[in-house]
Amino acid sequence: MEANNAELSPYHVDKKVKKSMKNNKYRTYIKKLIKSKTGIVGFVLVLSICFIAMLAPLLAPYDPYKINAAQMLIPPVWIDGGTSNHILGTDNLGRDILSRLIYGSRISIIVGILSVVVAGFIGVVFGLIAGYYGGFIDTVVMRLVDSFLSVPTILFCLVFLTVLNPGLFTLIFVIGVTSWVMYARLVRGETLSIREREYVKAARTIGVSNLKIITRHIFPNVISSVIVISTLSVAASIITESSLSFLGLGIQPPTISWGIMLSEGREYIATSWWLSTFPGIAITLTVLGIIFLGEWLRDVLDPRSRGM
Amino acid sequence: MQKTLKSNIEDDNTQLLYLEDVKKYFDVSDRIFSRKKEYLKAVDGISLKVNKGETLGIVGESGCGKSTLGNLIMGLLKPTEGKILLEGTDLTTLNAKHLKKKRSEFQMIFQDPFSSLNPRMRVFDIIAEPLITHKIVKGKELEQRVLNLMEDVGLDVSYSDRFPHEFSGGQRQRIGIARALALKPKLIVCDEPISALDVSIQSQILNLLSNLQRKYQLTYIFIAHGLPAVKHISNRIAVMYLGSIVELTTKDQLFRNPMHPYTRGLLSSIPILDPTLRGNKQNNLIEGDIPSPVNPPSGCKFHNRCPFATDKCKEEIPSFTEREPGHFVSCHYSIFDL
Repeated sequence: MEANNAELSPYHVDKKVKKSMKNNKYRTYIKKLIKSKTGIVGFVLVLSICFIAMLAPLLAPYDPYKINAAQMLIPPVWIDGGTSNHILGTDNLGRDILSRLIYGSRISIIVGILSVVVAGFIGVVFGLIAGYYGGFIDTVVMRLVDSFLSVPTILFCLVFLTVLNPGLFTLIFVIGVTSWVMYARLVRGETLSIREREYVKAARTIGVSNLKIITRHIFPNVISSVIVISTLSVAASIITESSLSFLGLGIQPPTISWGIMLSEGREYIATSWWLSTFPGIAITLTVLGIIFLGEWLRDVLDPRSRGM
Repeated sequence: MQKTLKSNIEDDNTQLLYLEDVKKYFDVSDRIFSRKKEYLKAVDGISLKVNKGETLGIVGESGCGKSTLGNLIMGLLKPTEGKILLEGTDLTTLNAKHLKKKRSEFQMIFQDPFSSLNPRMRVFDIIAEPLITHKIVKGKELEQRVLNLMEDVGLDVSYSDRFPHEFSGGQRQRIGIARALALKPKLIVCDEPISALDVSIQSQILNLLSNLQRKYQLTYIFIAHGLPAVKHISNRIAVMYLGSIVELTTKDQLFRNPMHPYTRGLLSSIPILDPTLRGNKQNNLIEGDIPSPVNPPSGCKFHNRCPFATDKCKEEIPSFTEREPGHFVSCHYSIFDL
C-alpha cells in the first residue's frame, strides 16, 4: 500500500500544477478581454444592467407603480420644465420613468436568459440526435426545423400567445419554443463533423454506448459554439419580448417591461418623446452590450482562434 | 479460389483471426435519376488468416480498401458478405451486447493522433475510458492501472491530468496506444499509426509497438500505404490492390522474391538512400492511378497498369494460388516468364 502511494505521488503533486494552469487560463481570458475594447464595453454594460436589475429596489428613486396625477408628463431635467426630482421625467400617469426603467430591466434579463435556456435545451437535444444518428431521424428533425424557419418567429409567438394565457412564463416558453431551430441546426452541423473524428471511432471500438458517446465525446465539443450563439440570441429574445409586449401580447400591465413602456409612450410620441425614447435606448444598450460580449466570447471559445 | 488458402488454414489452433471471403460493397447508385444499382467494391472477397503473436502488414495505395478492411475487422462496418472469425467466434453475427463484450479482445490504434483523442478529456480519463466502459476496475485500482499503462507506453505519469493539446504528436500516439492496451486485447489493428508522425518519432513508436508485442503477446494487423513502414515490424505482408489481396507472403520472401508485378512496382518505388546503388535498380515504377472501384477493370484488376499484361489478363480473373510454401499470388503468370 505504501509503495502504491509512493508511486501515485507524482499524480497528486500535479494537482498544484493543474491549479496554476487554470489560473493561467483565466489570466489569458482577462488579457484577451482587456485587449478587446468592444469586449470591455460589452462586459461593463451587461454587468451593470445585471446589477441594476438585482438592486432595483435600492436604486429606484420612486415607486415605479405610483401614479401621481399632479406630475404628469414632466420632461427630463435638461429640458425646460424638467425638475431634478424626476431626472428622466414622468409618464402620462405621473410615474417616474427612471424608476420604471430600472424595474423594467428585470423582465428583460429574466426573459432574455430563461428563453435562451429553453431554446438551447430543445435545440441541442434535437441537434445532437439528428446529427449523430443521421438517416431517417435526421430527415424528420431537419424538415421540422425547415417548417419552423418558414414561419416568422413573431407570427409564431402571436399565434401561441393568443391561444395560451399571456404571462411571464408563457412568454419565456413561447420565445424558447420558437427559437430552438437555430441551435438545432448549429449543433447538428457540428455533430456531423465531430461524429467522423477518430476519437468517436475510438470510443466505438471500445464499445462505449451511443448515449455516452453523445454526452461525453460530442456534447463537450459543441458546447462552446452553443454558448457563443446563445449570448447573441439573449439579445434577440429581449427584442422579441419588447416587440410582443409592445403589441400587447407579452407582459401584461401593470408589470413593467421596456416593451410595455415603449407601447404606452407611443401615443405621446409627438408631444412627449421621452416616454418611449428612454426604454428604446435601454433596449439598444443592453442588446449592444450582449452582442459585444458574445463576440468576445467567440474569440475566447472558438477553437480556431484558441492558442493565439 | 479460396480452397487453396483454406486447406492451409483449417487445422491449426495457432490462428487468431480468420477472414473468409469478406466483401464490403457500398451502394453508390444515383437514387433520383437512375434505377441502375451501382456498388463501390471497397473490399472484394478477401480471405486471410492471422496467427497468434505475429504482425501482419497490409499494404496498398490509398483507395485500395485497406482501411475499410480494418474497419470491418473492428466491427465498425458490417461486411456485405463473408465471415470474420476471432478464435472461432464469428464477429459478424454477434448481437450488440455480445459484440461489446468481445470488443475487449480487439482494439485499434489510429492514424492521426491529433484527431484520435478527445480534446476535452484529460489523459487519465482517455486511458480510463475502456476500463470504465467494460467495468473492469474502479477507484484506487483504476488509478493504478491507468498509471501503469502510462508507464508501459513511456509517458510520464505526472502528465495524467493534462489535456491532449499539451502533448506532441508522438506522445499523443502513445496515449492512443495506452488506450488500446487498456483492455489487454489479443489483437490490435494499427491503422497507419506512424504515417502522421515526424520521421524521428516513427521509429520510436515502432520500437514501442514491438516491445509491447513481446510483453503482452499481442497480435498486430499493421495497415500502411507503403512497404517501408511495415518492413521492420511485420512477419508477413499482404499487398492489396483495388479491394483484393494480390500477394501474401513472409516479409523476407516478399522483399527477396516478389512475384506480383504490382508488388515489384511498390518495391521499386522505395527511394534508395545511397546514390551509388541507384544505378542497379530496376525501374518498375507503376504509372497511372488506381482505377475506380465502382467500375473495376475486367479480368485481372491490375491489367491496365501492368507492364506485362496480355489478352488473357483482360478476360480471366487470376486465382490466388500458393506458388511456394506460404507464398500466395494472384497472377496468371509466374514472374520468371515475364
